[in-house]
Amino acid sequence: MQGGGENATTTDERHSSRVTFEVNGSSREVTLDNRTTLLDALREHLDLTGAKKGCDHGQCGSCTVLLDGRRVKSCLVFAVTLEGRSVVSVEGLAGPDELSPLQAAFIAHDAFQCGYCTPGQLCSARGMLDEVARGWPSAVTDDLSAPAELTDAEIRERMAGNLCRCAAYPHIVAAVRETAAAS
Amino acid sequence: MRAFRYHRPADVADAVAVLAAEPQAAYLGGGTNLVDLMKLGVQRPDVLVDVTRLPLDTVEEAPDGGLRIGATVRNSDLAAHPTVRRDYPVLARALLAAASGQLRNMATTGGNLLQRTRCVYFQDTGKACNKREPGSGCAALHGQNRDLAVLDWSEQCVATHPSDLAVALTALDTVVEVHEPDGPRDVPITALYRSPGTHPERETTLARGTLITAVRLPPLPAARRSTYVKVRDRASFAFAVGSVAAVLDLDGDVVRDVRLAYGAVAHRPWRAYRAEEALRGRPFSPELAARAADAELAEARPLRHNGFKVPLTRAITVRALSELASS
Amino acid sequence: MSTGAVGRAYPRLEGREKVTGTARYAVEYPVDGITYGWAVPSAVVRGRITRVDTTQALASPGVLAVVHHGNAPRLAPGPEPELWLLQEPAVHYRGQYVAVVVATSLEAAREGARLVRIDYDAGPHSTVLTDDHPGLYQPDHVNPSYPTDTAEGDFDAGYAAAPVRVDVTYRTPAYHNNPMEPHATTAQWRDGRLLVHDSNQGATSVRATLAELFEVPPESVRVVAQHVGGGFGSKGYAKAAVVLTALAARHVDRPVKLALTRQQIFGPIGYRTPTIQRVRLAADADGRLTAICHDAISQTSTIREFAEQTAVYTRSMYAAPHRRTTHRLVRLDVPTPFWMRAPGECPGAYALESAMDELALAVGIDPVELRIRNDTEVDPDQGRPFTSRNLVACLREGAQRFGWTDRDPTPRARRDGRWLIGTGMAGSSYPARARPSSARATARPDGSFLVQINATDIGTGARTAIWQVAADALGVPPERVEIHIGDTALPTAPLAGGSMGTASWSWAVIRAAQTLREKLQDLPGGVPADDVSADADTTDEVGGQPTLPRYAYGAQFAEVRVDADTGEVRLNRMLGVFAAGRVVNPTTARSQLIGGMTMGLSMALHEEGLLDERYGDWVNHDLATYHITGCADVESVEAYWLDEHDDELNPAGVKGIGEIGIVGAAAAIANAVHHATGVRVRDLPIRLDKLVGTSSLA
Repeated sequence: MQGGGENATTTDERHSSRVTFEVNGSSREVTLDNRTTLLDALREHLDLTGAKKGCDHGQCGSCTVLLDGRRVKSCLVFAVTLEGRSVVSVEGLAGPDELSPLQAAFIAHDAFQCGYCTPGQLCSARGMLDEVARGWPSAVTDDLSAPAELTDAEIRERMAGNLCRCAAYPHIVAAVRETAAAS
Repeated sequence: MRAFRYHRPADVADAVAVLAAEPQAAYLGGGTNLVDLMKLGVQRPDVLVDVTRLPLDTVEEAPDGGLRIGATVRNSDLAAHPTVRRDYPVLARALLAAASGQLRNMATTGGNLLQRTRCVYFQDTGKACNKREPGSGCAALHGQNRDLAVLDWSEQCVATHPSDLAVALTALDTVVEVHEPDGPRDVPITALYRSPGTHPERETTLARGTLITAVRLPPLPAARRSTYVKVRDRASFAFAVGSVAAVLDLDGDVVRDVRLAYGAVAHRPWRAYRAEEALRGRPFSPELAARAADAELAEARPLRHNGFKVPLTRAITVRALSELASS
Repeated sequence: MSTGAVGRAYPRLEGREKVTGTARYAVEYPVDGITYGWAVPSAVVRGRITRVDTTQALASPGVLAVVHHGNAPRLAPGPEPELWLLQEPAVHYRGQYVAVVVATSLEAAREGARLVRIDYDAGPHSTVLTDDHPGLYQPDHVNPSYPTDTAEGDFDAGYAAAPVRVDVTYRTPAYHNNPMEPHATTAQWRDGRLLVHDSNQGATSVRATLAELFEVPPESVRVVAQHVGGGFGSKGYAKAAVVLTALAARHVDRPVKLALTRQQIFGPIGYRTPTIQRVRLAADADGRLTAICHDAISQTSTIREFAEQTAVYTRSMYAAPHRRTTHRLVRLDVPTPFWMRAPGECPGAYALESAMDELALAVGIDPVELRIRNDTEVDPDQGRPFTSRNLVACLREGAQRFGWTDRDPTPRARRDGRWLIGTGMAGSSYPARARPSSARATARPDGSFLVQINATDIGTGARTAIWQVAADALGVPPERVEIHIGDTALPTAPLAGGSMGTASWSWAVIRAAQTLREKLQDLPGGVPADDVSADADTTDEVGGQPTLPRYAYGAQFAEVRVDADTGEVRLNRMLGVFAAGRVVNPTTARSQLIGGMTMGLSMALHEEGLLDERYGDWVNHDLATYHITGCADVESVEAYWLDEHDDELNPAGVKGIGEIGIVGAAAAIANAVHHATGVRVRDLPIRLDKLVGTSSLA
């Protein structure tokens, strides 16, 4: 039995699966222990260590990626469920030559310190801005029937699923606000 | 985490059949609670039946004006649904007050209803918990129980139900459509959950292997004037320490109808029938709302650390109803 | 010589790596043949392991080994008993790591850890700190080397004679550091040499500890810490993860990576001790302090003494003729508490600055004015003038920026709908220190420079700050300077902690740069093809510095709203003004200060380790039940600083900013809650259960 390789499992055939899904635009086929989460598939099998393991229980947001365009916590998704689906991790946010506006804004506003929550913050912000564009309300939206307006209070509430112990929150909000305003 | 087989069922019948045949199988919905508990060793299924690709992901308006919500509709989609936002704000608000944007994108309607308590003793296999391990005792009863029940608890279990969605659905007299090994059945949500009693490991009235396929909201025009008030220990991304789902129908200033349900106070979402009774037919005032809450909470038996839940629940009852009355 | 890099706002050098996910942390390096370790915590509080049954675990697919005290490689019994892991059957606290399972996958390792069966002989235990605990004792000194007790004048007489007195007791719970990256290590042994990628705040000391424990020469150990996901004190020295991983790797003779789980880091890697603090203040009718006493009680473990220096803040902050401070400790069957952002100053300032607020009310003087009246140019503790003390300037500027001036001191006088509004403030200070360091500066023929130093950037911006200092010291634009940090292959340097990093590292970098420039002056032909280097070691210079009271200061202001019905507390805004010497990089400095202030908010309103005496551990050991402040809680936090020059600090003129942001922050918020509600909550955190249903809120 082999550890660490792309197709390694530590269990028998009944408890592992071959699964094909798209990661950052490329199709990836991997055979994984059914217990392998999307987070661990990325980090331990695909050498995409951008998504971080902060709590492994959906309580911190560091592992946030986009699944079929929606932000999710990859530590709570079994990779075996992903057949045919599409994942974008922080490594897939930038263009080939330049950073995305959100990434550039995070640097410009110093929206991180240790950087460990940052990939999750970025993917979460990306997904969140799309939710706003779709008109989704939040817990602080006064009028549920009106289109969502991205105030600072809205940004704070919508980004509340991503903890940052360095507490870059005001700068994260500023970076998201600027990115939203420019788009 | 125990190694498990993975099964993607062809249809509901297939899913239910696998559960019937496999004593340690479990349904996998959004995974937000099950995966968490599997990592903790609290749940150890050997087969996961992934129901998320079953065709249960639509929200349909019923001919009678109600709403039928498929079991795999994600919490975020449901909260954003225009009909829910317009006709059942209590439901949209309860969903939006729960968890985080990421988790709402994952969590399903059915899974949300069946999530397990967040009692810290239940979640730690190194501690006694009758719910997790019948007969081992309830460490929470005389332990750190600030977050736990004040109503209807037993010596065997003082856990609370963590769902916000379930509280709103309880206020709305929702019917839960389930598929049991014997076939489909309707269960009123008020009959879905059990009191802990001597068997806290039994949380619902559903037979093992039952799959929730949908929830059905009856038509309730009054629900257009409804809300959900949730109090937590930080501004967002936390479970409730108190919550109330409220629907208020006024005729002038007289309460024609009212629906109230409480979260974070009991083993199940708590329909506040006594408070409703105290309100119905009387001119609304904040004082009346406070007396109604008192009537409901008269039987509260706070534990060592959670006496605050009584005045807290009373306060948010008054707030929720007063806001609705003046809206 | 300055080209002006210092003082300018540069973005972080590693910003691009961090936003693209390419910055690698400790367990993110691809390693051939890697295996996975999973720690097994003890299930009892105090006792002995009587049997370890590994049968089931070893039979589980993918499990390679179970390492425990019966088979683990031997460690030298060193000065750090906490790290003498898997060496003996004794269990000293619940959660102590008693085994490591190594497997070929994470999934197999986790399941293997569950299958290890350990039997214990458990004894009675004591895990709860009380002010009448029979085990209270007086330690020899407090962290790191302060006297345990101090006394000047006659406190009892001075206190008894005063017209205005305050005698109050404050309590703080256990706080858990919770950096976003749990402690994690990748360890590889090759030919007797050990390479670890580790999440720590100082690789130099981690190497020394590993060399000592594994009895190998320090040159045989290399510790790399390029990117570290926060530490806040908990990664200050070698911790369990690195020792367990190195042990496991040696045992299985394969590379191992091990990350502690979030649940596993509540305790065994350190935490802020709970405190019980009695503060007595006496003043004349004008609010001039005549007597100050601060008695602090905290806990340590049975295996190592850590004595939080809780009352040390009070020794130097405000003047009074009669003064006393004491520290008492109890050895409990708990993990050893350790550093958490501003150990001592943080909980101590919460108590003293809260008591000052109570005194201000008792004497009828504005809290800002009360602090100004009790300012002192001479350190009451050392009896010498402070090298610089700009507390009053911070108070004045803070009051002006915050809009404090017209404040009505009456509690519960402002209301906005259902919200009661209140404001509060506190003073703040933190010592400015430096430690010896070394560094190397190298000139290359192409006109570029390389600066090497084993500093650590745990998110402070250290890499960028040192780069700026180096550029000015070399007299070149920073674009021509390359900086290497985070590796014991580089010149040794002290850890990132105690707000000493930038002071210590920049000192050595400046000296190396100066020496290099002198060398270059002797090379009129320019830099030869094989480069020119200069090394510096500041041991003698730092050691020879006169002992003077050097402190940074600050003033913290907060406005809160409290729901009159539910007791929910929210922060409207928080503003701090600090005097911390020269600010190297305004961008990263602001982030540091805001981060510290926000952790103070978290301490005041959200965090609390809930210990269950029967089990002897904190039951809320995850991020869903141990709340840290989230994005929605932080509506406005602003940090400013004064332009401050102090020639008696260090060549860069910095005082350190990593910790002062948290000092006083909780007090400012607690004082604001009192102002809003009239309720004085003296045990943190101030959660709604302490405010709901209180009569004054009705």
